[in-house]
Amino acid sequence: MATKDSQETTNQHKKTNSSNHNPTFAMLLSIIPGLGQLYNKRYVKGATIFILFAAFAIVMYDFMSSGLQGLITLGEVERADDSRIFLSEGILSLIFLTFFLIFYFINIQDARRDAIKIKNGWRVTGILEGFRNAWDAGFPYLLVGPGLIFLIFVVLFPLLFMAFLAFTNYTLYNAPPRNLLDWVGFQNFVNLFTIGEWRTTFMSVLSWTLIWTFMATTLSIGLAMFLAVLTNDKRIKGKKLIRTVFILPWAVPGFVTIIIFSALFNDNFGAINNDIIQPLLNTSIPWLTDPTWTRIALIMIQIWLGFPYIYALFTGVLQGISEDWYEAADMDGATRWQKFRNITFPHLMFATGPLLITQFTFNFNNFNIIYLFNEGGPAVRGQTAGGTDILISWIYNLTFTNSQYSMAAAISIILGLIVATFAFFQFRRSRSFKEEGTY
Amino acid sequence: MAKRQPMGRKTKNRLEVAAMYLIIAVMFVIIFYPLLWAFGISLNPSSNLYGASIIPENWSFVHYEWLFTSPRSNYLLWYQNTLVVALSVSLIGTLLVSFTAYAFSRYRFRGRTYGLYAFLLLQMFPVLMAMVALYILLNTIGLLDSLLGLIIIYIGNNIPMNAFLVKGYFDTLPKELDESAKMDGAGHFRIFFQILLPLAKPILSVVALFNFMHPFMDFILPRIVLRSPENYTLALGLFNFVNDQFSNNFTRFAAGAILIAVPIAMVYLFLQKYLISGLASGATKG
Repeated sequence: MATKDSQETTNQHKKTNSSNHNPTFAMLLSIIPGLGQLYNKRYVKGATIFILFAAFAIVMYDFMSSGLQGLITLGEVERADDSRIFLSEGILSLIFLTFFLIFYFINIQDARRDAIKIKNGWRVTGILEGFRNAWDAGFPYLLVGPGLIFLIFVVLFPLLFMAFLAFTNYTLYNAPPRNLLDWVGFQNFVNLFTIGEWRTTFMSVLSWTLIWTFMATTLSIGLAMFLAVLTNDKRIKGKKLIRTVFILPWAVPGFVTIIIFSALFNDNFGAINNDIIQPLLNTSIPWLTDPTWTRIALIMIQIWLGFPYIYALFTGVLQGISEDWYEAADMDGATRWQKFRNITFPHLMFATGPLLITQFTFNFNNFNIIYLFNEGGPAVRGQTAGGTDILISWIYNLTFTNSQYSMAAAISIILGLIVATFAFFQFRRSRSFKEEGTY
Repeated sequence: MAKRQPMGRKTKNRLEVAAMYLIIAVMFVIIFYPLLWAFGISLNPSSNLYGASIIPENWSFVHYEWLFTSPRSNYLLWYQNTLVVALSVSLIGTLLVSFTAYAFSRYRFRGRTYGLYAFLLLQMFPVLMAMVALYILLNTIGLLDSLLGLIIIYIGNNIPMNAFLVKGYFDTLPKELDESAKMDGAGHFRIFFQILLPLAKPILSVVALFNFMHPFMDFILPRIVLRSPENYTLALGLFNFVNDQFSNNFTRFAAGAILIAVPIAMVYLFLQKYLISGLASGATKG
C-alpha cells in the first residue's frame, strides 16, 4: 500500500512534464503496428508487435489474397480447380483476416491507452516488469488458446463451410472436382419453399420433427414423473433395487438397444409381432413398413431410452422435499392430487426445468434412433425423406445418399436457426447467464 | 357404514400397494425383455434371426468364440482402436477443458464475455450439421480414415459443453484459496496445478469418464471418418454386422454388443450418482 501511495505522488509530479504526449498521434502511428508503442517509449513491446505483424503479413499475404479471391470466384479453370478447396481456403482466410483485424484493433487501442496513461503522468515500466505484466495479462489467453484453436478448426470452420455451401449449386450432377461451383444466392432457400416437391417434403418432415420432439420428450417426462412419485412412496420396499433397474436403460449404450429394438419390431420375424401381437390379437402390425406404426414404435422406444435419466433426476429432487410440506397439507385435508399439484410438481419443475428443456433439444436432433431403427423409413413416394425422417436425418440422407449438398446445407441453416432461437431463450432464463451479466 | 370404513381403508391401502408393485413388475419386464432377448439371441448358434429364439434349444458360445479367435474377426483390433481413441480424447480433452474452464472462471480478461457467448452458441449445434465439411476438411489434410482425425474431432466437439461443466464447478470453489496462494507468491501455473486442479477432481473425473465412454457408444462420426475395417471403432464395427446387407449377422452383433454393453452399464450403474449430479450441475450452472 505504501509503495502505491508514493508512486501516485511521483505520478502527480510527472503529470505536468508529459502532458504534451499525444494519444491521437500514438493511435495514428499504430496504423503501422508497433510504431505507436515505440512513440510511447515501449521499445521491446513495439519491436515485438512490429515483427509479429510483419511476419504474419509476409507469410499469410499470398494465402489470404488468393484465398479471398478464390472465395469470390470458386475457381476458374474446369477440372483443374477444385471449388471445395477454394471454398475452404477462402473460409480459412476469412478466419485469419478476422483475427488479424482484431489484433490490429487491439494494437491501436493499446497504443492509445498507454499514451493516455503517459499523458496522465504514468512512468513507462522497465522491461522486466513489462514482461511480468504481459505474462499476467496474457495468461488467460494462453489457457484459452489451445481449446479455442480446436474449436475454430473442428467446430467453427465446418459450420461456416456448411453455411457457405448453402449458397452454392453443389449437387451430384455438379460435383467438384469435375465441375466448378457457382454462387447462387438464396436460390436454394427459394427452391425449398417454392418447388412443390421440396416444399411438401420440408413441411411434412418439419411437422413430424416437432410432433416427435414434443411427444417423445413429454411422454418420457410424464412416465419418469409417475414412476418417481410411485417409487418414492413409503410403502414400497426394495427401493434401491427398483431404482437401479429403472436406470438400467440409460446405462446400456443407446445404439445397442436401438438395434435390438429394430430387430424386435421386425415385421416378419420380430418377437413383438410373433410372440405378443400375433397370439393376442391374431394379426401382425407393420411396424417397419407403415409410417404411422413406425412413428408409434419410435416414440415408444424413445420413452424406454429417455425416461431413466429424468427418473433419476426426479428421484433426487423428491428425496430432498421436506416432509413438513406434506404434513401441513395433510392437516389442511388436501387430497393426493392436490398435494401432487401444489407441492411435488412445482418442486420437480423448479429444480429440473432447464434440464428438461435440454431433453427437448436433444430429441429434436436425435439422429441415432431415427437412423438406426429404420433409416428414416419407410420410404415415401415422391420425396427424398422417409416417413419418419426428422430434419437432421433428412439432412444426412440428402448429403450421403442423394448428394444434394447445397440443399442439405440450406436445411441445416434453417435447423441451426431453430436450435439457436430455442437455446437463446433457454439460456437467457438460466441462472448462470444472470450471474454472468454482472461482470 | 361407520363400521366398515376402517376395513375399507385397509383393503384399499393394500390394493394400492399391490397395484404399485404390479406397475413396477410390468416396468421390470419391459426393461429386461429386450436386454435378455439380446443375450438369448447371442447364444443361438445360427447366424441370422430366422429360427433364433430367446431361449435357444442348443445354446452355445460360438459367436463369442468367433469374435475373439476367428482370423476374419477384427473385434480385438476394434477394441484396441476404441481404447486408443477413448484414452487420447479423455486425457487431452480433459486437460484442455480444465485450462479453458479455469481461465473463464478465474480471470477477467477482455473478450471473456464474448468467449462465453461463443462457447454457449457453439455447443448448441449438433456435430452432424457440419458433417460434409468435416469430411472434406479431413480429406484435404489427409486425415480421413485415420484415428487421429477422429480424435481431433472428438476433442474439439467436447470442449464447449465440458468447459461449462468444469467452469461451473470452479465457480463454486472459494476464490480466497487462490488469492491467498497468490499472496504467498505462487505463480499462475502453480495455483492451477497444485491448488485448483486437485479440488476439481470430482468434476474432472466425470468429464474424463464421459470423454472416455463416448467413443464406445458413438457410431455416426466414425462412420463418416473411418473407411477401412481395420480402423473401425467397436460401435461402427458392430453396426456393420447388422448393416451389411450381404452378411446380416444379428447373432454375432448381439454377442459383440453384450461384451461392450455389460462393462459400460456396470460403470454407469456404479457411478450413477456422480454422473447424474455432474450432468445436472452442468446444466443448471452452465
